[in-house]
Amino acid sequence: MNDVVSAVINPRSRGRHPQLNSHGELHHLLTIEGLPRAIIERILTTADSFINVAAREVKNVPLLRGKSVFNLFFENSTRTRTTFEIAARRLSADVFNLDIMRSSAAKGESLLDTIDNLTAMQADMFVVRHATSGAPYLIAQHASQTAPHVHVVNAGDGRHAHPTQGLLDMYTIRHYKKDFRNLTVAIVGDILHSRVARSDIHALTTLGVPEVRAVGPLTLLPAGLEQMGVRVCTKLDEGIRDADVIIMLRLQNERMRGALLPSAQEYFANYGLTPERLAHAKPDVIVMHPGPMNRGVEIDSRVADGAAAVILPQVTFGIAVRMAVLSIVASSPKMQ
Amino acid sequence: MLELDAETIYRTLLTRAREAYAGEDLKLVGVHTGGVWLAERLRRDLRIDAPVGILDVSFYRDDFDRSGLKPDVRPSQIVFEVADSHILLVDDVLASGRTVRAAMNEIFDYGRPACIDLAVLIDRGGRELPVAASIVGATIEVPPDVLVVLTRDDDDRLHLTMETRGE
Amino acid sequence: MNIAITGGRIVDPASGLDADGGLYIAGNRIAGIGSAPDGFKADRTLDAKGAVVAPGLVDLCARLREPGSEGALKVEMRAALAGGVTGVVCPPDTDPPLDEPGLVRMLRQRSRESAGARTYPLGALTVQLKGEVLAEIQTLAETGCVAFMQTGSLPHDNGMLLQAMRYARTFDLPLWLRPVEDTLAGSGVAAAGPVAGRLGLPSIPVVAETVALHTIFELQRATGARVHVCRLSSAAGVEALRQAKREGLPVTADVAIHHVHLIDVDIGFFDAAYRLDPPLRAQRDRDAIVAGLADGTIDAICSDHAPLSVEEKLLPFGEAEPGASALETLLPLTLKWAKENGITMVQALAKVTSRAAEILGEDTGRLAVGAKADVVVFDPAAHWQVTPESLRSAGKTTPYLGYELQGRARYTLVGGDVRYEAAGSR
Repeated sequence: MNDVVSAVINPRSRGRHPQLNSHGELHHLLTIEGLPRAIIERILTTADSFINVAAREVKNVPLLRGKSVFNLFFENSTRTRTTFEIAARRLSADVFNLDIMRSSAAKGESLLDTIDNLTAMQADMFVVRHATSGAPYLIAQHASQTAPHVHVVNAGDGRHAHPTQGLLDMYTIRHYKKDFRNLTVAIVGDILHSRVARSDIHALTTLGVPEVRAVGPLTLLPAGLEQMGVRVCTKLDEGIRDADVIIMLRLQNERMRGALLPSAQEYFANYGLTPERLAHAKPDVIVMHPGPMNRGVEIDSRVADGAAAVILPQVTFGIAVRMAVLSIVASSPKMQ
Repeated sequence: MLELDAETIYRTLLTRAREAYAGEDLKLVGVHTGGVWLAERLRRDLRIDAPVGILDVSFYRDDFDRSGLKPDVRPSQIVFEVADSHILLVDDVLASGRTVRAAMNEIFDYGRPACIDLAVLIDRGGRELPVAASIVGATIEVPPDVLVVLTRDDDDRLHLTMETRGE
Repeated sequence: MNIAITGGRIVDPASGLDADGGLYIAGNRIAGIGSAPDGFKADRTLDAKGAVVAPGLVDLCARLREPGSEGALKVEMRAALAGGVTGVVCPPDTDPPLDEPGLVRMLRQRSRESAGARTYPLGALTVQLKGEVLAEIQTLAETGCVAFMQTGSLPHDNGMLLQAMRYARTFDLPLWLRPVEDTLAGSGVAAAGPVAGRLGLPSIPVVAETVALHTIFELQRATGARVHVCRLSSAAGVEALRQAKREGLPVTADVAIHHVHLIDVDIGFFDAAYRLDPPLRAQRDRDAIVAGLADGTIDAICSDHAPLSVEEKLLPFGEAEPGASALETLLPLTLKWAKENGITMVQALAKVTSRAAEILGEDTGRLAVGAKADVVVFDPAAHWQVTPESLRSAGKTTPYLGYELQGRARYTLVGGDVRYEAAGSR
């Protein structure tokens, strides 16, 4: 018996990311981690075209005409769902919003049974938001086996990823700062529980931002940030010193379990972005926030409404970026 | 192989444009990329004020299901008022007519023009839709596997080359 | 019935024997090792050419799902025998939990009827396994429970645990405990570290294990109770155990076979097959486990078998049930560990036979004249692919699904009775 044959054969194709098809095209958008830089850049460039479309009287293009997009939001979010709906409608797709809370899932139908039923109703694309990290992967894997033409776009899963938010944050930075390669970007707040932070970090490092900092108390910083290419700071002033971009995260009350923070007041005193603290950053710094903001908790109103804040433009960019994502993902005919 | 002199053919197109549209308040819209170069030349030579409209047409093509979105989409932009305007749509090569259909659909999403005329440098035939050019630089016959490509050099001179598909 | 097992390589970790020869069984006991006893006439001869003849595996943790699922025990027993396992320790987290003598008796009865592996039931340490009120452990011991376990984590109430240890010490009953401090483990589903950080999975810090271990050791110092630590996962945990043993505390420990091989990175793209309890930790933790097995700090390897349905795993990682089907992969994975780390067959098999039996204090896990004839004859080089079809267990979910493994039982005998024969054997 040949000993060489005894090597364990791993049948799973670890090489290819489950969001890419066998030609390397983006078939699903599950996470920014591992997304080739060229694809990120293509999404940003395509979004430019959609910004121009939004400036027209007729804000629609016929690209996804006849396609059915199902919004599956297992976790409430009016703003994200609305922007995805607008994006899909502007691509002329038919959009269906599933109120999962009240429907089948509540009756005990399993996640994958729900997906199978919708696929049988000619769904072409699922935009999924779920409270558990990894749920869109399960859906994408199942779809790849049973309905390889179906696309899955992750609208936020647990603490893991919010790729379209990460992409629109990059679009925003590119709009104001042009070149990623000489920026200092600080992400401030509850990074432990934040899918936006993780997606931003992966996008920034992939696009070549040399200095990415995570700022917050030790109780809100996850393990492994250094391995992701991030410098950890526990003092705000040091963290935002000479920053070109500051991304403020919402302090997520609903996600915190246990004694991670004594109070919102103490948090604001140490990590709240006020005009005085903002002075430590570069004079032309931009301040971003994925929304919704907790004024007086993570950000002072004077900063939120001030010249450095680009929070409202982020919303416009968000629609264009999502239109780009839906278009590019829909371009891949099937998984295999 | 047939020798095509782009500059000569352009001058023919320009002459025909002057004859057809003398005194008209014409607005030029070019289809990326060759059509835009031609539209810019015509704008200069016909002394038209309004900036050239630029169309990418990627979002209006009829082959999305087969080929997906093309990799290098660029923004379309028309800054003049399309409603009630007389538009001259400009493209480099007219073949099946599908690009022109897509371009017209895109123009209509900017507004309702009074009328649209089509100017092409080369009509190579092979229509799959009922589309006709209003003015043409040259009509040629080439085998279906040959691509006719317009390029522009660093001195802004236009050139036509033929490439066999798949090279 | 007299059985002769001939032509094989006899490996007996208890005595250190590793030599070619025959094994001779009379009735339910071993009658001869090496050469046949005088006047021995075999009623049946088993061909062990090319195979290893070893004590049947003693698995310190395998869930048979009874009480709970009617008929499940029979199926899992077939899986055990196919895996070369002749003795199974059943944890008490059944449905209902094993906190009543009647349930223990029923389990032992069903087990006898199934003609499968021997069962060594663990009684529940607390009523309904709630961790609040001590169960009637002395009565349960008389009904056949070999030890008493609190599953999931240490009881929240240290006062209660202290008294439980004192009481158990009264009757010299061992306690089997999971070294998990509940409030530190929280709602974690993966080991704290860069992988959980990247994947956004709620995490379980190492201190959940070390604080629990130190609590156990302190209470042992105070009571003298015997404790078996179930399922170590961390380097720090192994080191704490090493110190405790050096000190002479009456403590033993096991590790699940998956933690000997796999690490957190293997979770990949949220593969729920890797959702295990305790969670898979980092490379240095696995290396410490391997070192702990080599120097005897960790006494035994168990399968931690959990036959789950496909639906229980077809859920997002954090919602999936932890566990894997492992009765049939215990042997090949133990051999794989041995091969990859230069461990001899004798040393390796000790972790799943003699040492495990010693921890239980039961007469099994060794080949000796007069000992119970619990034997496995296995082909160490036989390749087989792990598929839903090749697994006999009702549990088809395992990280090794699709893998090709080496090592497969040819015959499994319990008390001299050939209860499993691989297809194509004579």
